[in-house]
Amino acid sequence: MALELIKGNTAVAEAAMRAGLVSYFGYPITPQTELLEHLSARMPELGRAFVQAESELGAINMVYGAACTGLRTMTSSSSPGVSLMQEGISYISGTELPAVIVDVVRGGPGLGNIAPSQADYTQIVHGGGHGEYHLIVLAPASVQEAVDLTGMAFDLAEKYRMVVCLLLDGFLGQMMEPVVMPDFQPVRTTPPEWAVGSPDSKERVVLTSINIDPPNQEQFNVKMMTRWEEVEKNEVRYKGYYLDDAEYVVIGYGTAGRIALTAVRAAREQGHKIGLLRPISLSPFPTRAVDELADRVKGFLVVEMSNGQMLDDVVSIAARRVPVDFYGRMGGMVPYPDEIANAIIEMIQGEHDVNADGRAKWLAKMRELVGTGE
Amino acid sequence: MQAEIIISGFGGQGTLYAGQLMAYAAMDEGKHVTWIPSYGPEMRGGTANCTVVISDDEIGSPTALHPTAVIAMNLPSLDKYEPLVKPGGYLIVNENMVNRAAVRDDIHVLMVPASTIAMEIGNERAANMVLLGALEGNMHLLAEGALEGALEAHTAARLKKFIPMNIEALHRGAEFQAG
Amino acid sequence: MTEADVKVVYKRPIGLTDLVTHYCPGCTHGVAHRLIAEVLEEMGELNNTIGVAPVGCAVFAYNYLDFDFVEAAHGRAPAMATGIKRTLPHKTVFTYQGDGDLASMGMGEIVAAASRGEQITVIFINNTNYGMTGGQMAPTTLPGQKTSSSPLGRDVETQGYPIRTAELLATLDGAAFVARRTLHDARGIRMAKRAIRTAFEVQKQGLGFSMVELLSICPTNWGLNTTNARQWLAEHMLPYYPVGDFKVSTAVSEMKIGGN
Repeated sequence: MALELIKGNTAVAEAAMRAGLVSYFGYPITPQTELLEHLSARMPELGRAFVQAESELGAINMVYGAACTGLRTMTSSSSPGVSLMQEGISYISGTELPAVIVDVVRGGPGLGNIAPSQADYTQIVHGGGHGEYHLIVLAPASVQEAVDLTGMAFDLAEKYRMVVCLLLDGFLGQMMEPVVMPDFQPVRTTPPEWAVGSPDSKERVVLTSINIDPPNQEQFNVKMMTRWEEVEKNEVRYKGYYLDDAEYVVIGYGTAGRIALTAVRAAREQGHKIGLLRPISLSPFPTRAVDELADRVKGFLVVEMSNGQMLDDVVSIAARRVPVDFYGRMGGMVPYPDEIANAIIEMIQGEHDVNADGRAKWLAKMRELVGTGE
Repeated sequence: MQAEIIISGFGGQGTLYAGQLMAYAAMDEGKHVTWIPSYGPEMRGGTANCTVVISDDEIGSPTALHPTAVIAMNLPSLDKYEPLVKPGGYLIVNENMVNRAAVRDDIHVLMVPASTIAMEIGNERAANMVLLGALEGNMHLLAEGALEGALEAHTAARLKKFIPMNIEALHRGAEFQAG
Repeated sequence: MTEADVKVVYKRPIGLTDLVTHYCPGCTHGVAHRLIAEVLEEMGELNNTIGVAPVGCAVFAYNYLDFDFVEAAHGRAPAMATGIKRTLPHKTVFTYQGDGDLASMGMGEIVAAASRGEQITVIFINNTNYGMTGGQMAPTTLPGQKTSSSPLGRDVETQGYPIRTAELLATLDGAAFVARRTLHDARGIRMAKRAIRTAFEVQKQGLGFSMVELLSICPTNWGLNTTNARQWLAEHMLPYYPVGDFKVSTAVSEMKIGGN
């Protein structure tokens, strides 16, 4: 199998093509633009649909239309663009349609900057749109993992008829790593029975997210929640490092997760029994894995490139059985392993107070370290 | 084994390409490797740098606060990265682009007149290859001939005519050995 | 009377379901639906059409138009239609939109779709107000017109001027056929049907974006009976929104329509 050295953004685009992408709709935004640019050349080359939309609103609603045909469709954007797409994501979810969204997260809030961040966790994992719905959220930490999860994203979207979000950050989008690209999958071009334009449907097909009678809407939501239970049962993914003998565990995903790996190794070299849990599916979250660790370790350190958005989930699972420390960088800053290594040492030497507020401790430290600019 | 290399200079000096060539060579011999460009406004004009991590194992962080080696192609890069090189590591400097010597004595320092050498062999823009040759000639991170092989394997057809010059630049750089 | 003496002169087109609509008595949405159903039936396209419903009074258009349908978010129907058409280029895809949906919330999407020459057809209902939410001011509300959100009448100094959508879109090179018709009288309805036919033929023959703006009455929110509403349309809307063909590309002018 031939290795290629590819940027994360380009690799995801090419992987989507190989997974049988029929249509792509997007709007340029840094730091995901290579993804759109790659597809602008490749999709027409293979006779597939590519539209540079008028806005992210346009793009997500084109995806909505294309998803109504049941054929593989996707968009990609970065944080501010994804915020604009939230309306459409809610509609697509409320219509039970398969679609894939790639969010290459950048620093915020507002216009923020184009540097890598993980501050979209809340708006993606806990839903930025209205109503009760869930996305499956996959967070790769390497270019190869991004490629592999891209193919999986389409499969999961179709299996559960829901939106799957590939959550990257600008770091992963710009990084080059050797990858093995998957083979081209056969492309489905005939809509399935449930979709509009299908030759196989017995009756006409109407796809809508409207449920004007509240009892119907509630019933629908129960159905959606039931399906989500299935997803939670079947689709949890994470990677553990050195967990067997771990006395303390670092929890981080994506870029922060892999940077933490270096810090964990450094700590182990110093004789500390540290493990790393790197969630790959952020939604469904590896709740059980964290829960079991909480019964047997002395403490968690959550590492994120945000103000601790995943931290809240870990704190709620840990339920004051173990202290949960936090180390985060914000606004497009990427932590060095050394910073995380220091946080690990502080955790080990800390007070082990299960009632301590990890975020407050961290924020106090940040005020000293970087100040408030005032 | 793991090495972290930062290659830093002005935009247009070929810092990103030099890093990519290393990454290709590492990939071709089956090593784990990451290449990440500097990020933000520096991507246009200003300084351009990239970090390459080469390892026998799964790579954690693709960046390093204290890299094993730094190639500094201009004075701002020397000023910024000299203090950060890991003790015992390497600092390779384009001597033609700076006006001071390195001050650290706990690292290997190579002052290479890379621009002069590059001009001698035909193109000032090959200075990045001279410096890369100096790095590899001292650190031996890759197998013998790996960079040359990567040039042959990963150069676009329209640029293949520059390969002999780049190989010569690598070799001229490798002649500089740290004292 | 023998069977030979019985002649059907009027029946429900097969493209319409056998349901009583939720539209207010006298509303011309029903007329517009019927014209679409008749045209698609005449073109043999009923089984090849995908409609995109708007948010607004016609949110349930798919209850009455009997073929594949999707329901868009407010204003986004042209984007959704784009997604469908690009994926299934051989299908006939159209949006059915009101003035709040198309000319306010969705102005970006409609202009972009027209400028791309998107091969879709847009049926645009202009009744100068937001019908479903209770008759608020729309981009199409006439100067001085009273609505539930411009109780003193639309003051152009503070609330701006009405948008002539057909004229605006006609300036775009991607638009192949853009026309305005009225549904307030029989002659207008006959002309409207021909324009709708042309618009769908434009799509079928791949000539570009097509739109028919239909001047419609809203007796309930206008506070008029249907007779007076039709008269109001003729007296107030027609002068501001003249009926006509605002864009007929060369290809469309040379187009042959089969069947009639």
